[in-house]
Amino acid sequence: MPIAPQNNDQAVSGMTDAREAIDAIYCMHSRHVFATLIRLLGDFDVAEEALHDAFRAALEQWPRDGVPENPRAWLVSTGRFKAIDGLRRRARFQPLPEDIEEHLAAEEDDPDGEGVEDDRLRLIFTCCHPALPPDAQVALTLREVCGLTTEEIARAFLTAAPTLAQRIVRAKAKIRDARIPYQVPSAPELPDRVESVLRVIYLVFNEGYSASSGESLTRASLSGEAIRLGRLLVELLPEPEALGLLALMLLQESRHAARSSAEGDLILLEDQDRSLWNAEHIAEGAALVERALLSRRFGSYTLQAAIAAVHAHAATASATDWAEIVVIYDILLRIEPSPVVELNRAVAVAMRDGPEAGLDLVDAILARGELDGYHLAHSARADLCRRLGRTTEARAAYKRAYTLARQEPECRFLERRLSELGG
Amino acid sequence: MKYLCLICAEKVMEQMSAAAAEQHYEEYAEFTGDIRESGHFLGCNRLQPPATAVTVRVRNGKIATTDGPFAETKEQFGGYYLIEARDLNEAIQVASRIPGARMGCVEVRPVAEDERTIRALGFDR
Repeated sequence: MPIAPQNNDQAVSGMTDAREAIDAIYCMHSRHVFATLIRLLGDFDVAEEALHDAFRAALEQWPRDGVPENPRAWLVSTGRFKAIDGLRRRARFQPLPEDIEEHLAAEEDDPDGEGVEDDRLRLIFTCCHPALPPDAQVALTLREVCGLTTEEIARAFLTAAPTLAQRIVRAKAKIRDARIPYQVPSAPELPDRVESVLRVIYLVFNEGYSASSGESLTRASLSGEAIRLGRLLVELLPEPEALGLLALMLLQESRHAARSSAEGDLILLEDQDRSLWNAEHIAEGAALVERALLSRRFGSYTLQAAIAAVHAHAATASATDWAEIVVIYDILLRIEPSPVVELNRAVAVAMRDGPEAGLDLVDAILARGELDGYHLAHSARADLCRRLGRTTEARAAYKRAYTLARQEPECRFLERRLSELGG
Repeated sequence: MKYLCLICAEKVMEQMSAAAAEQHYEEYAEFTGDIRESGHFLGCNRLQPPATAVTVRVRNGKIATTDGPFAETKEQFGGYYLIEARDLNEAIQVASRIPGARMGCVEVRPVAEDERTIRALGFDR
Protein backbone atom coordinates (compact mmCIF):
# COMPACT_ATOMS: atom_id res chain seq x y z
CA MET A 1 0.00 0.00 0.00
CA PRO A 2 1.47 3.36 -0.90
CA ILE A 3 1.24 5.55 2.16
CA ALA A 4 -0.30 8.89 1.27
CA PRO A 5 1.56 12.04 2.22
CA GLN A 6 0.02 13.71 5.24
CA ASN A 7 -0.67 17.34 5.96
CA ASN A 8 -0.03 17.77 9.59
CA ASP A 9 1.04 20.78 11.56
CA GLN A 10 3.00 18.69 14.07
CA ALA A 11 6.70 19.24 14.45
CA VAL A 12 8.32 18.01 11.26
CA SER A 13 10.91 15.81 12.98
CA GLY A 14 8.35 13.97 15.11
CA MET A 15 6.26 13.44 12.02
CA THR A 16 9.17 12.05 10.05
CA ASP A 17 9.98 9.68 12.91
CA ALA A 18 6.42 8.39 13.02
CA ARG A 19 6.34 8.13 9.24
CA GLU A 20 9.54 6.11 9.23
CA ALA A 21 8.21 3.93 12.01
CA ILE A 22 5.00 3.33 10.07
CA ASP A 23 6.91 2.48 6.89
CA ALA A 24 9.09 0.02 8.79
CA ILE A 25 6.10 -1.51 10.56
CA TYR A 26 4.30 -1.79 7.26
CA CYS A 27 7.20 -3.74 5.75
CA MET A 28 7.60 -5.99 8.77
CA HIS A 29 4.08 -6.55 9.99
CA SER A 30 1.50 -5.75 7.32
CA ARG A 31 1.27 -9.40 6.22
CA HIS A 32 0.89 -10.58 9.84
CA VAL A 33 -1.83 -8.04 10.46
CA PHE A 34 -3.55 -8.97 7.21
CA ALA A 35 -3.44 -12.70 8.01
CA THR A 36 -4.99 -12.10 11.43
CA LEU A 37 -7.64 -9.76 10.02
CA ILE A 38 -8.74 -12.45 7.54
CA ARG A 39 -9.31 -14.80 10.46
CA LEU A 40 -11.18 -12.20 12.48
CA LEU A 41 -13.26 -10.89 9.59
CA GLY A 42 -13.65 -14.06 7.54
CA ASP A 43 -13.13 -12.45 4.15
CA PHE A 44 -10.04 -11.53 2.10
CA ASP A 45 -11.43 -8.34 0.61
CA VAL A 46 -12.92 -7.03 3.86
CA ALA A 47 -9.58 -7.77 5.56
CA GLU A 48 -7.62 -5.91 2.89
CA GLU A 49 -9.79 -2.85 3.25
CA ALA A 50 -9.44 -3.07 7.03
CA LEU A 51 -5.65 -3.27 6.70
CA HIS A 52 -5.59 -0.09 4.63
CA ASP A 53 -7.92 1.67 7.05
CA ALA A 54 -5.74 0.66 9.99
CA PHE A 55 -2.59 2.10 8.39
CA ARG A 56 -4.48 5.21 7.40
CA ALA A 57 -5.52 5.65 11.03
CA ALA A 58 -1.91 5.08 12.13
CA LEU A 59 -0.78 7.87 9.80
CA GLU A 60 -3.27 10.20 11.41
CA GLN A 61 -2.77 9.26 15.03
CA TRP A 62 0.81 8.11 15.56
CA PRO A 63 2.53 11.39 14.64
CA ARG A 64 0.26 13.07 17.19
CA ASP A 65 0.02 10.44 19.96
CA GLY A 66 3.24 8.50 19.42
CA VAL A 67 3.74 4.94 18.21
CA PRO A 68 1.81 2.50 20.43
CA GLU A 69 3.72 -0.01 22.50
CA ASN A 70 2.44 -2.97 20.52
CA PRO A 71 1.87 -1.58 17.02
CA ARG A 72 0.78 -4.91 15.54
CA ALA A 73 -1.95 -5.42 18.12
CA TRP A 74 -3.02 -1.79 17.67
CA LEU A 75 -3.28 -2.27 13.89
CA VAL A 76 -5.27 -5.49 14.24
CA SER A 77 -7.81 -4.08 16.64
CA THR A 78 -8.09 -0.78 14.74
CA GLY A 79 -8.56 -2.62 11.45
CA ARG A 80 -11.14 -4.91 12.97
CA PHE A 81 -13.00 -2.00 14.56
CA LYS A 82 -13.04 -0.04 11.29
CA ALA A 83 -14.30 -3.06 9.37
CA ILE A 84 -17.10 -3.74 11.83
CA ASP A 85 -18.01 -0.08 11.81
CA GLY A 86 -18.12 -0.01 8.03
CA LEU A 87 -20.10 -3.23 7.75
CA ARG A 88 -22.64 -2.09 10.35
CA ARG A 89 -23.09 1.22 8.55
CA ARG A 90 -23.72 -0.63 5.30
CA ALA A 91 -25.96 -3.13 7.08
CA ARG A 92 -28.48 -0.37 7.75
CA PHE A 93 -29.33 -0.57 4.09
CA GLN A 94 -28.64 -4.22 3.45
CA PRO A 95 -28.50 -7.16 5.86
CA LEU A 96 -25.02 -8.61 6.42
CA PRO A 97 -24.22 -12.02 4.99
CA GLU A 98 -24.67 -14.59 7.71
CA ASP A 99 -21.08 -15.83 7.80
CA ILE A 100 -19.66 -12.32 8.21
CA GLU A 101 -22.12 -11.69 11.03
CA GLU A 102 -20.86 -14.89 12.68
CA HIS A 103 -17.28 -13.69 12.50
CA LEU A 104 -18.13 -10.29 13.90
CA ALA A 105 -19.97 -11.85 16.80
CA ALA A 106 -16.94 -13.99 17.69
CA GLU A 107 -14.92 -12.59 20.57
CA GLU A 108 -11.64 -11.04 19.59
CA ASP A 109 -8.87 -13.09 21.12
CA ASP A 110 -5.52 -11.69 22.14
CA PRO A 111 -4.38 -10.32 18.79
CA ASP A 112 -0.73 -10.84 19.63
CA GLY A 113 -1.04 -14.19 21.34
CA GLU A 114 0.29 -17.53 20.23
CA GLY A 115 -2.44 -18.18 17.71
CA VAL A 116 -1.30 -15.21 15.66
CA GLU A 117 1.80 -16.92 14.26
CA ASP A 118 -0.57 -19.58 12.97
CA ASP A 119 -2.47 -16.95 11.01
CA ARG A 120 0.34 -16.67 8.48
CA LEU A 121 0.35 -20.43 8.15
CA ARG A 122 -3.45 -20.42 7.73
CA LEU A 123 -3.02 -17.85 4.99
CA ILE A 124 -0.39 -19.94 3.18
CA PHE A 125 -2.48 -23.09 3.33
CA THR A 126 -5.59 -21.28 2.14
CA CYS A 127 -3.81 -19.65 -0.81
CA CYS A 128 -2.24 -23.00 -1.77
CA HIS A 129 -5.44 -24.99 -1.34
CA PRO A 130 -5.48 -27.83 -3.91
CA ALA A 131 -9.12 -27.00 -4.76
CA LEU A 132 -7.76 -23.87 -6.50
CA PRO A 133 -6.15 -24.09 -9.95
CA PRO A 134 -2.31 -24.17 -9.73
CA ASP A 135 -1.79 -20.81 -11.47
CA ALA A 136 -4.31 -19.22 -9.11
CA GLN A 137 -2.48 -20.72 -6.10
CA VAL A 138 0.73 -19.09 -7.29
CA ALA A 139 -0.89 -15.72 -7.97
CA LEU A 140 -2.80 -15.68 -4.70
CA THR A 141 0.26 -16.66 -2.65
CA LEU A 142 2.39 -13.90 -4.18
CA ARG A 143 -0.38 -11.36 -3.73
CA GLU A 144 -1.65 -12.22 -0.25
CA VAL A 145 1.30 -13.87 1.50
CA CYS A 146 4.16 -11.92 -0.10
CA GLY A 147 2.23 -8.71 -0.62
CA LEU A 148 3.23 -8.21 -4.27
CA THR A 149 0.89 -6.13 -6.38
CA THR A 150 -1.15 -7.65 -9.18
CA GLU A 151 0.92 -5.67 -11.69
CA GLU A 152 4.20 -6.99 -10.28
CA ILE A 153 2.99 -10.58 -10.48
CA ALA A 154 1.64 -10.09 -13.99
CA ARG A 155 4.97 -8.66 -15.15
CA ALA A 156 6.95 -11.51 -13.56
CA PHE A 157 4.79 -14.13 -15.27
CA LEU A 158 4.48 -12.25 -18.58
CA THR A 159 0.71 -12.24 -18.17
CA ALA A 160 -1.65 -9.36 -18.80
CA ALA A 161 -2.57 -7.67 -15.51
CA PRO A 162 -6.36 -7.96 -16.09
CA THR A 163 -5.99 -11.72 -16.70
CA LEU A 164 -4.08 -12.08 -13.48
CA ALA A 165 -6.52 -9.91 -11.54
CA GLN A 166 -9.36 -12.05 -12.88
CA ARG A 167 -7.56 -15.20 -11.73
CA ILE A 168 -7.25 -13.78 -8.21
CA VAL A 169 -10.89 -12.65 -8.11
CA ARG A 170 -12.07 -16.12 -9.17
CA ALA A 171 -9.87 -17.81 -6.60
CA LYS A 172 -11.22 -15.60 -3.82
CA ALA A 173 -14.77 -16.32 -5.00
CA LYS A 174 -14.07 -20.05 -4.84
CA ILE A 175 -12.66 -19.73 -1.32
CA ARG A 176 -15.91 -18.04 -0.31
CA ASP A 177 -18.39 -20.13 -2.30
CA ALA A 178 -17.00 -23.61 -1.73
CA ARG A 179 -16.18 -22.54 1.85
CA ILE A 180 -12.48 -23.26 1.87
CA PRO A 181 -11.69 -22.84 5.57
CA TYR A 182 -9.01 -20.58 6.98
CA GLN A 183 -7.13 -23.20 8.90
CA VAL A 184 -3.96 -25.19 9.26
CA PRO A 185 -4.83 -28.69 8.03
CA SER A 186 -5.24 -31.52 10.49
CA ALA A 187 -2.60 -34.24 10.75
CA PRO A 188 -4.20 -36.67 8.25
CA GLU A 189 -4.55 -33.91 5.62
CA LEU A 190 -1.14 -32.40 6.26
CA PRO A 191 1.13 -34.42 3.90
CA ASP A 192 -1.02 -33.72 0.84
CA ARG A 193 -1.48 -30.07 1.77
CA VAL A 194 2.20 -29.44 2.53
CA GLU A 195 3.03 -30.93 -0.85
CA SER A 196 0.73 -28.41 -2.46
CA VAL A 197 2.41 -25.50 -0.63
CA LEU A 198 5.88 -26.75 -1.55
CA ARG A 199 4.83 -27.10 -5.19
CA VAL A 200 3.67 -23.47 -5.27
CA ILE A 201 6.89 -22.20 -3.68
CA TYR A 202 9.05 -24.22 -6.07
CA LEU A 203 7.01 -23.02 -9.05
CA VAL A 204 7.66 -19.43 -8.00
CA PHE A 205 11.35 -20.19 -7.54
CA ASN A 206 11.66 -21.89 -10.92
CA GLU A 207 9.87 -19.07 -12.66
CA GLY A 208 12.56 -16.82 -11.20
CA TYR A 209 15.43 -19.23 -11.71
CA SER A 210 14.74 -20.05 -15.32
CA ALA A 211 11.96 -18.00 -16.80
CA SER A 212 9.90 -20.37 -18.94
CA SER A 213 10.13 -18.00 -21.89
CA GLY A 214 11.46 -14.60 -22.79
CA GLU A 215 14.83 -12.93 -22.72
CA SER A 216 15.84 -12.87 -19.12
CA LEU A 217 17.39 -16.07 -17.82
CA THR A 218 16.68 -15.22 -14.22
CA ARG A 219 14.12 -13.10 -12.51
CA ALA A 220 15.89 -12.63 -9.25
CA SER A 221 12.96 -11.07 -7.45
CA LEU A 222 10.79 -14.18 -7.86
CA SER A 223 13.58 -16.49 -6.66
CA GLY A 224 14.05 -14.19 -3.70
CA GLU A 225 10.33 -14.27 -2.89
CA ALA A 226 10.35 -18.07 -3.11
CA ILE A 227 13.30 -18.32 -0.72
CA ARG A 228 11.57 -15.92 1.67
CA LEU A 229 8.45 -18.09 1.48
CA GLY A 230 10.57 -21.20 2.05
CA ARG A 231 12.13 -19.64 5.15
CA LEU A 232 8.73 -18.61 6.46
CA LEU A 233 7.40 -22.13 6.02
CA VAL A 234 10.45 -23.67 7.73
CA GLU A 235 10.02 -21.23 10.62
CA LEU A 236 6.32 -22.01 11.00
CA LEU A 237 6.25 -25.70 10.08
CA PRO A 238 9.66 -27.40 9.97
CA GLU A 239 8.60 -30.49 8.00
CA PRO A 240 11.56 -32.38 6.47
CA GLU A 241 10.51 -31.64 2.90
CA ALA A 242 10.10 -27.94 3.72
CA LEU A 243 13.73 -27.99 4.90
CA GLY A 244 14.66 -29.93 1.76
CA LEU A 245 12.99 -27.44 -0.55
CA LEU A 246 14.59 -24.43 1.16
CA ALA A 247 17.96 -26.20 0.91
CA LEU A 248 17.40 -26.94 -2.77
CA MET A 249 16.52 -23.33 -3.53
CA LEU A 250 19.48 -21.95 -1.58
CA LEU A 251 21.93 -24.34 -3.26
CA GLN A 252 20.62 -23.53 -6.73
CA GLU A 253 20.58 -19.82 -5.94
CA SER A 254 24.19 -20.04 -4.66
CA ARG A 255 25.29 -20.41 -8.29
CA HIS A 256 23.35 -17.35 -9.42
CA ALA A 257 26.38 -15.12 -10.12
CA ALA A 258 28.26 -17.87 -11.93
CA ARG A 259 25.45 -19.16 -14.09
CA SER A 260 25.51 -16.62 -16.87
CA SER A 261 28.11 -14.39 -18.47
CA ALA A 262 27.99 -10.60 -18.52
CA GLU A 263 26.36 -10.91 -21.95
CA GLY A 264 23.62 -13.09 -20.46
CA ASP A 265 24.96 -16.32 -21.97
CA LEU A 266 24.45 -19.60 -20.20
CA ILE A 267 27.49 -21.09 -18.44
CA LEU A 268 27.33 -24.82 -17.75
CA LEU A 269 27.99 -26.11 -14.24
CA GLU A 270 31.30 -27.64 -15.29
CA ASP A 271 32.52 -24.33 -16.75
CA GLN A 272 31.38 -22.07 -13.92
CA ASP A 273 33.81 -20.00 -11.87
CA ARG A 274 33.25 -21.67 -8.51
CA SER A 275 34.74 -18.76 -6.59
CA LEU A 276 31.57 -16.87 -7.55
CA TRP A 277 29.35 -19.36 -5.74
CA ASN A 278 27.72 -17.95 -2.63
CA ALA A 279 29.38 -19.73 0.31
CA GLU A 280 26.75 -18.58 2.81
CA HIS A 281 23.90 -20.05 0.76
CA ILE A 282 25.86 -23.28 0.35
CA ALA A 283 26.58 -23.61 4.07
CA GLU A 284 22.97 -22.90 5.00
CA GLY A 285 21.63 -25.24 2.30
CA ALA A 286 23.98 -28.09 3.23
CA ALA A 287 23.04 -27.81 6.91
CA LEU A 288 19.35 -27.97 6.00
CA VAL A 289 19.93 -31.07 3.85
CA GLU A 290 21.61 -32.75 6.81
CA ARG A 291 18.69 -31.92 9.08
CA ALA A 292 16.15 -33.20 6.55
CA LEU A 293 18.06 -36.44 5.90
CA LEU A 294 18.34 -37.14 9.63
CA SER A 295 14.55 -37.01 9.94
CA ARG A 296 14.30 -40.13 7.75
CA ARG A 297 11.00 -38.74 6.45
CA PHE A 298 12.57 -36.92 3.52
CA GLY A 299 11.35 -36.92 -0.05
CA SER A 300 12.34 -35.73 -3.49
CA TYR A 301 13.14 -32.10 -2.60
CA THR A 302 15.63 -33.23 0.02
CA LEU A 303 17.25 -35.69 -2.39
CA GLN A 304 17.53 -33.09 -5.15
CA ALA A 305 19.08 -30.76 -2.58
CA ALA A 306 21.49 -33.53 -1.57
CA ILE A 307 22.62 -33.79 -5.20
CA ALA A 308 23.06 -30.03 -5.41
CA ALA A 309 25.09 -30.19 -2.17
CA VAL A 310 27.48 -32.76 -3.70
CA HIS A 311 28.13 -30.33 -6.57
CA ALA A 312 28.49 -27.43 -4.15
CA HIS A 313 31.17 -29.25 -2.18
CA ALA A 314 33.32 -30.13 -5.21
CA ALA A 315 36.23 -27.69 -5.44
CA THR A 316 36.48 -28.28 -9.19
CA ALA A 317 34.17 -29.90 -11.74
CA SER A 318 36.53 -32.87 -12.09
CA ALA A 319 36.49 -33.41 -8.30
CA THR A 320 32.71 -34.03 -8.35
CA ASP A 321 31.72 -37.25 -6.60
CA TRP A 322 29.63 -38.69 -9.46
CA ALA A 323 29.34 -42.10 -7.80
CA GLU A 324 27.58 -40.45 -4.84
CA ILE A 325 25.32 -38.52 -7.21
CA VAL A 326 24.30 -41.71 -9.05
CA VAL A 327 23.45 -43.34 -5.69
CA ILE A 328 21.18 -40.41 -4.76
CA TYR A 329 19.50 -40.53 -8.19
CA ASP A 330 18.82 -44.24 -7.63
CA ILE A 331 16.99 -43.43 -4.36
CA LEU A 332 15.17 -40.56 -6.03
CA LEU A 333 13.99 -42.83 -8.85
CA ARG A 334 12.69 -45.34 -6.33
CA ILE A 335 10.52 -42.84 -4.47
CA GLU A 336 9.54 -40.76 -7.50
CA PRO A 337 10.03 -42.47 -10.86
CA SER A 338 10.15 -39.97 -13.73
CA PRO A 339 11.81 -39.92 -17.16
CA VAL A 340 13.44 -36.54 -16.40
CA VAL A 341 15.11 -37.98 -13.28
CA GLU A 342 16.18 -40.99 -15.37
CA LEU A 343 17.75 -38.62 -17.88
CA ASN A 344 19.67 -36.79 -15.17
CA ARG A 345 20.83 -40.09 -13.73
CA ALA A 346 22.03 -41.13 -17.20
CA VAL A 347 24.15 -37.97 -17.42
CA ALA A 348 25.62 -38.74 -13.97
CA VAL A 349 26.38 -42.30 -15.09
CA ALA A 350 28.16 -40.87 -18.15
CA MET A 351 30.32 -38.78 -15.84
CA ARG A 352 31.09 -41.80 -13.65
CA ASP A 353 31.54 -44.51 -16.30
CA GLY A 354 32.19 -42.60 -19.52
CA PRO A 355 30.00 -41.14 -22.31
CA GLU A 356 29.26 -44.48 -23.95
CA ALA A 357 27.50 -45.86 -20.85
CA GLY A 358 25.49 -42.66 -20.56
CA LEU A 359 24.53 -42.62 -24.23
CA ASP A 360 23.08 -46.14 -24.04
CA LEU A 361 20.82 -45.02 -21.20
CA VAL A 362 19.81 -41.75 -22.90
CA ASP A 363 18.96 -43.59 -26.13
CA ALA A 364 16.85 -46.11 -24.22
CA ILE A 365 14.92 -43.25 -22.58
CA LEU A 366 14.46 -41.39 -25.89
CA ALA A 367 13.28 -44.60 -27.56
CA ARG A 368 10.31 -44.68 -25.19
CA GLY A 369 9.17 -41.38 -26.68
CA GLU A 370 8.07 -39.59 -23.47
CA LEU A 371 10.95 -37.10 -23.62
CA ASP A 372 10.97 -36.61 -27.36
CA GLY A 373 9.74 -33.03 -27.00
CA TYR A 374 12.14 -32.17 -24.17
CA HIS A 375 15.06 -30.10 -25.45
CA LEU A 376 17.40 -31.12 -22.63
CA ALA A 377 17.09 -34.81 -23.58
CA HIS A 378 18.34 -34.02 -27.08
CA SER A 379 21.08 -31.69 -25.89
CA ALA A 380 22.24 -34.40 -23.44
CA ARG A 381 22.42 -36.88 -26.32
CA ALA A 382 24.23 -34.29 -28.44
CA ASP A 383 26.79 -33.64 -25.72
CA LEU A 384 27.55 -37.34 -25.25
CA CYS A 385 27.91 -37.89 -29.03
CA ARG A 386 30.19 -34.84 -29.21
CA ARG A 387 32.41 -36.29 -26.50
CA LEU A 388 32.54 -39.60 -28.37
CA GLY A 389 33.55 -37.80 -31.57
CA ARG A 390 30.30 -38.77 -33.31
CA THR A 391 29.97 -35.31 -34.86
CA THR A 392 27.15 -35.92 -37.36
CA GLU A 393 24.89 -37.40 -34.68
CA ALA A 394 25.86 -34.64 -32.26
CA ARG A 395 24.92 -31.97 -34.80
CA ALA A 396 21.55 -33.57 -35.52
CA ALA A 397 20.73 -33.78 -31.82
CA TYR A 398 21.80 -30.16 -31.14
CA LYS A 399 19.58 -29.05 -34.03
CA ARG A 400 16.64 -30.95 -32.60
CA ALA A 401 17.28 -29.41 -29.17
CA TYR A 402 17.53 -25.97 -30.78
CA THR A 403 14.10 -26.25 -32.39
CA LEU A 404 12.58 -27.25 -29.03
CA ALA A 405 14.32 -24.73 -26.74
CA ARG A 406 12.33 -21.64 -25.79
CA GLN A 407 14.73 -19.51 -23.77
CA GLU A 408 17.03 -17.23 -25.69
CA PRO A 409 20.20 -17.90 -23.66
CA GLU A 410 19.66 -21.63 -24.18
CA CYS A 411 19.17 -21.13 -27.92
CA ARG A 412 22.36 -19.07 -28.09
CA PHE A 413 24.23 -21.79 -26.20
CA LEU A 414 23.02 -24.44 -28.66
CA GLU A 415 23.95 -22.21 -31.60
CA ARG A 416 27.49 -21.89 -30.20
CA ARG A 417 27.79 -25.66 -29.86
CA LEU A 418 26.53 -26.14 -33.41
CA SER A 419 29.03 -23.68 -34.85
CA GLU A 420 31.85 -25.34 -32.88
CA LEU A 421 30.88 -28.57 -34.64
CA GLY A 422 31.01 -26.81 -38.00
CA GLY A 423 27.39 -25.92 -38.66
CA MET B 1 -22.93 -26.36 4.22
CA LYS B 2 -24.16 -29.09 1.88
CA TYR B 3 -21.83 -30.81 -0.58
CA LEU B 4 -22.68 -33.32 -3.29
CA CYS B 5 -20.09 -36.04 -3.73
CA LEU B 6 -20.36 -37.53 -7.23
CA ILE B 7 -18.76 -40.93 -7.52
CA CYS B 8 -17.01 -41.72 -10.78
CA ALA B 9 -15.53 -45.13 -11.40
CA GLU B 10 -14.12 -47.12 -14.26
CA LYS B 11 -16.20 -50.08 -13.15
CA VAL B 12 -19.69 -50.01 -11.68
CA MET B 13 -21.09 -52.80 -9.49
CA GLU B 14 -22.69 -54.61 -12.44
CA GLN B 15 -19.29 -54.94 -14.14
CA MET B 16 -17.53 -56.43 -11.14
CA SER B 17 -17.12 -60.09 -10.26
CA ALA B 18 -19.72 -61.31 -7.76
CA ALA B 19 -17.13 -61.54 -4.98
CA ALA B 20 -15.71 -58.07 -5.68
CA ALA B 21 -19.20 -56.53 -5.81
CA GLU B 22 -20.15 -58.27 -2.56
CA GLN B 23 -17.11 -56.80 -0.82
CA HIS B 24 -17.75 -53.38 -2.31
CA TYR B 25 -21.36 -53.40 -1.06
CA GLU B 26 -20.09 -54.23 2.40
CA GLU B 27 -17.62 -51.33 2.31
CA TYR B 28 -20.43 -48.98 1.28
CA ALA B 29 -22.69 -50.31 4.04
CA GLU B 30 -19.98 -49.62 6.61
CA PHE B 31 -19.11 -46.15 5.28
CA THR B 32 -22.77 -45.13 5.03
CA GLY B 33 -23.41 -46.36 8.57
CA ASP B 34 -20.44 -44.32 9.78
CA ILE B 35 -21.53 -41.05 8.24
CA ARG B 36 -25.11 -41.57 9.40
CA GLU B 37 -23.74 -41.76 12.92
CA SER B 38 -21.37 -38.80 12.53
CA GLY B 39 -24.20 -36.62 11.22
CA HIS B 40 -22.67 -35.93 7.79
CA PHE B 41 -25.26 -38.01 5.93
CA LEU B 42 -28.11 -36.26 4.11
CA GLY B 43 -28.83 -38.69 1.28
CA CYS B 44 -27.32 -41.04 -1.24
CA ASN B 45 -28.15 -43.31 -4.14
CA ARG B 46 -26.48 -45.76 -6.45
CA LEU B 47 -27.25 -45.42 -10.15
CA GLN B 48 -27.73 -48.16 -12.71
CA PRO B 49 -24.91 -48.46 -15.29
CA PRO B 50 -24.46 -45.68 -17.90
CA ALA B 51 -25.74 -48.03 -20.61
CA THR B 52 -29.21 -47.57 -19.11
CA ALA B 53 -29.04 -43.80 -19.56
CA VAL B 54 -30.86 -41.66 -22.05
CA THR B 55 -30.07 -37.99 -22.58
CA VAL B 56 -32.90 -35.56 -23.22
CA ARG B 57 -32.73 -32.17 -24.91
CA VAL B 58 -35.49 -29.85 -26.00
CA ARG B 59 -34.69 -27.77 -29.07
CA ASN B 60 -37.24 -25.55 -30.79
CA GLY B 61 -39.91 -27.10 -28.62
CA LYS B 62 -39.05 -30.59 -29.82
CA ILE B 63 -37.80 -33.36 -27.58
CA ALA B 64 -34.58 -34.93 -28.80
CA THR B 65 -33.32 -38.04 -27.05
CA THR B 66 -29.94 -39.71 -27.50
CA ASP B 67 -28.77 -42.92 -25.93
CA GLY B 68 -26.16 -42.95 -23.24
CA PRO B 69 -24.89 -40.39 -20.72
CA PHE B 70 -24.22 -36.77 -21.73
CA ALA B 71 -20.48 -37.13 -21.42
CA GLU B 72 -18.66 -40.06 -22.97
CA THR B 73 -15.69 -40.68 -20.72
CA LYS B 74 -13.80 -43.67 -19.51
CA GLU B 75 -15.05 -42.98 -16.01
CA GLN B 76 -18.73 -43.38 -15.30
CA PHE B 77 -21.02 -41.63 -12.88
CA GLY B 78 -22.05 -44.38 -10.50
CA GLY B 79 -23.77 -42.77 -7.54
CA TYR B 80 -23.74 -39.89 -5.11
CA TYR B 81 -23.75 -38.84 -1.50
CA LEU B 82 -25.28 -35.61 -0.30
CA ILE B 83 -23.47 -34.61 2.87
CA GLU B 84 -23.47 -31.86 5.45
CA ALA B 85 -20.00 -30.56 6.31
CA ARG B 86 -18.60 -27.56 8.16
CA ASP B 87 -16.39 -26.56 5.23
CA LEU B 88 -14.63 -27.88 2.14
CA ASN B 89 -11.82 -29.50 4.13
CA GLU B 90 -14.30 -31.55 6.14
CA ALA B 91 -16.17 -32.46 2.93
CA ILE B 92 -12.88 -33.62 1.37
CA GLN B 93 -12.19 -35.74 4.45
CA VAL B 94 -15.61 -37.42 4.18
CA ALA B 95 -15.33 -37.86 0.40
CA SER B 96 -11.91 -39.48 0.77
CA ARG B 97 -13.57 -42.24 2.81
CA ILE B 98 -16.09 -43.15 0.08
CA PRO B 99 -15.02 -46.65 -1.06
CA GLY B 100 -15.24 -45.61 -4.73
CA ALA B 101 -12.54 -42.96 -4.17
CA ARG B 102 -9.97 -45.76 -3.94
CA MET B 103 -10.79 -47.06 -7.46
CA GLY B 104 -12.22 -44.10 -9.32
CA CYS B 105 -12.65 -40.55 -8.11
CA VAL B 106 -15.16 -38.38 -6.30
CA GLU B 107 -16.11 -34.89 -7.40
CA VAL B 108 -17.05 -32.68 -4.46
CA ARG B 109 -19.44 -29.81 -5.28
CA PRO B 110 -20.91 -27.30 -2.89
CA VAL B 111 -24.69 -27.11 -3.13
CA ALA B 112 -26.01 -23.65 -4.00
CA GLU B 113 -27.98 -22.35 -1.07
CA ASP B 114 -28.40 -18.72 -1.99
CA GLU B 115 -31.74 -17.06 -1.41
CA ARG B 116 -32.85 -17.11 -5.04
CA THR B 117 -32.17 -20.82 -5.34
CA ILE B 118 -33.94 -21.54 -2.08
CA ARG B 119 -36.97 -19.56 -3.25
CA ALA B 120 -36.96 -21.04 -6.76
CA LEU B 121 -36.81 -24.59 -5.45
CA GLY B 122 -39.52 -23.97 -2.88
CA PHE B 123 -37.34 -24.80 0.14
CA ASP B 124 -38.66 -21.71 1.90
CA ARG B 125 -42.21 -23.02 1.95
